[in-house]
Amino acid sequence: MFQRPDPAMLTVQQLCVRYGEIEVVKGVALSVAKGAIVALLGANGAGKSSTMHGLVGLVPATGEIVLAGQSIAKATPEDISRLGIALVPEGRRVFPSLTVAENLLLGGAVHTRRHDTQAAEEKLLRRFPILRERYRQKAGLLSGGEQQMLAIARALMSGPKLLLLDEPSLGLAPQVVDSVFDLIAELRTEGLTILLVEQNAARALEIADYGYVLVNGKIEIEGSGAELASSERVREAYLAA
Amino acid sequence: MEYFVQQLINAVSLGGIYALLALGLAVVFSIVALINFAHGELMTVAGYVIYFSLALAAPLAAAVVLGIGVAAIAALATERLAFRPMRKADVTGLLITSFAVSVILRVIFQNGISARPKPIAMPASIAGAFDLGLVHVGLIPLISIVTSAVVLIALTRFLKHTILGTAMRAAAEDFAVVRLVGIRANHVVAVAFAVSGVLAGVAAFLWIAQRGSVDPLMGAIPVLKAFVAAIIGGLGSLSGAVAGGLVLGVLEVMCQAYLPDTLLAYRDAFVLGLVILILIFRPEGLIPAPNVRRS
Repeated sequence: MFQRPDPAMLTVQQLCVRYGEIEVVKGVALSVAKGAIVALLGANGAGKSSTMHGLVGLVPATGEIVLAGQSIAKATPEDISRLGIALVPEGRRVFPSLTVAENLLLGGAVHTRRHDTQAAEEKLLRRFPILRERYRQKAGLLSGGEQQMLAIARALMSGPKLLLLDEPSLGLAPQVVDSVFDLIAELRTEGLTILLVEQNAARALEIADYGYVLVNGKIEIEGSGAELASSERVREAYLAA
Repeated sequence: MEYFVQQLINAVSLGGIYALLALGLAVVFSIVALINFAHGELMTVAGYVIYFSLALAAPLAAAVVLGIGVAAIAALATERLAFRPMRKADVTGLLITSFAVSVILRVIFQNGISARPKPIAMPASIAGAFDLGLVHVGLIPLISIVTSAVVLIALTRFLKHTILGTAMRAAAEDFAVVRLVGIRANHVVAVAFAVSGVLAGVAAFLWIAQRGSVDPLMGAIPVLKAFVAAIIGGLGSLSGAVAGGLVLGVLEVMCQAYLPDTLLAYRDAFVLGLVILILIFRPEGLIPAPNVRRS
C-alpha cells in the first residue's frame, strides 16, 4: 500500500471554482507530497484546468489551499508565483513574438539579482540544448515540442518548489511525448514536486506516485499510480464523462 | 524639388507628432484593450503646464520637462482613479469611462482656466530657420523631427532591453501568463499609462511650438488623427502606430501642398479617402498586431 509521506507540499480542501452560475470544480480535496509526482486525471471538461487555474489564482476560487504550511487561497497569481508555484499552462502559451531569451528572462522575473537569473538560465540551457540553439529566435517559430520545452524552462526559471503541468503532452508527436515524460520523471529525481494534469492517463500513471481522477468537478477515485493504472473504475470514469 | 523637400520635412514633422500620439494610444490598448479617449486631455494638461511655467518665467526646457512629467502623473492618476476600478469591465464600459474622463477634464480646463486659447510665446531661439543646402528649413519642424526620432528610439530601447519593457510586450500577447511568472499586473499597466502620458506630453510641446497657443480642446483634433493613424497601422501594434502616424502626416501635408486650390477645402475628404483605400487593401492595418490572447 502506498503511504503518503509527510509533510505535504500542497494541501487542497473544498476547492470550488465557478464561472458565473456554473460550478466546474465542486469541492476538490487533494494533497501533493513533497518530492512526489501527483497526477490529476479526467476526461475533457472534468475541471482539471479550472482546478489548476484556481490553485494559482487565475480564476476566483473558494476553499483551502496550503503551500508548504502557508495558506495561499487569497493570494494573487503574482504572489503565488513568488511563493514558489510555477504553472506550465495548457497549450504552452509561450510569448510568440518574444525571443527564446526574452521568454526565459521573464520566467526569471522573480529574481531580484541578475546573477540568479543568469545562473538559472545557464542551468536550463544546459538541460535544453535546443533552446540555446534557438536562443535569439522568436518563440512562435519553434516547433510544438520546442515550445513545450521552452514553456517548462520558463516555469523552472523562477526555481519553483512546486511545478504544475497542464496537459504537457497535448498535440505533440509521440517521440516528443516520450521526452516530455522522461523530463518530468527526471525533474522529480532532482527533488521537484510536480502536479500533473493529463488526458493521457496511461502515460501519466507510469510516472505518477499518486493520482486523482476528476469526474464532473469532483474527485471520484484516488490511489497510487499503480493502483489507478490497473483500475477498471478509472477506465469507466473516462468513458462515463 | 525644393518645394517638395520642404513639404516632406513638414510631413515628417507632423507625422512624427501623430506617431507619438498613436503610439501612446497603442501602448495602452495593447495591454488593457482600452481605447483611451482621454489621451488628448493628457496633451492639454501638458500644454497648460508649459503655458503656466513659461508665464512664471521658467526656462523653456524646464517648462517642457515639467509639462511631460505632469502629463505622465495625470495619466497614472486617471488609471488609478478611473480605469483600474473598471478593469473587469468590457470594452464598451472602458470606452465610456474614457469619454467620461475626457469630458471631466475638458470642463475643468474650461471652467478652471479659460474657454479661450492662451497664447504661448516660444522663445526667439527656436523660432529661426536655416539653410540646409538647397532648402530653407524652419527650426521648429527640425526640432520636431529630431525629438520624435529620439523619443521613438528611447522607447524602443526601453521595450527591448529592460525586463519591464519586455514584460509590456509580453503582456500585449498574454497578460495572464505575465502574471503567472510573478510580474505584477498593476505595475505593467501603470507603466503603460505613464509611457502614454510622456508621449502625449512630448507631442503637446511639439504641437504648441508650431501653433503657439493652448486651449481646452487642444488635444481633441490631434488625438482624433492619432486614432486614424493607429488604425491605419493596425490597432494595438506599436510599430504600426508609428508607421500609421507617419503615413497620415505625409498624406495630409502632401494633399495640402499639391491639391488644386478649388479642391483644397476637401483636403480631409481626400486624406480619409486614401485611408479607406489603405484599409481596403490591408484591413488589419499596415503592420497588424500579433494575435492576442486575453484572459
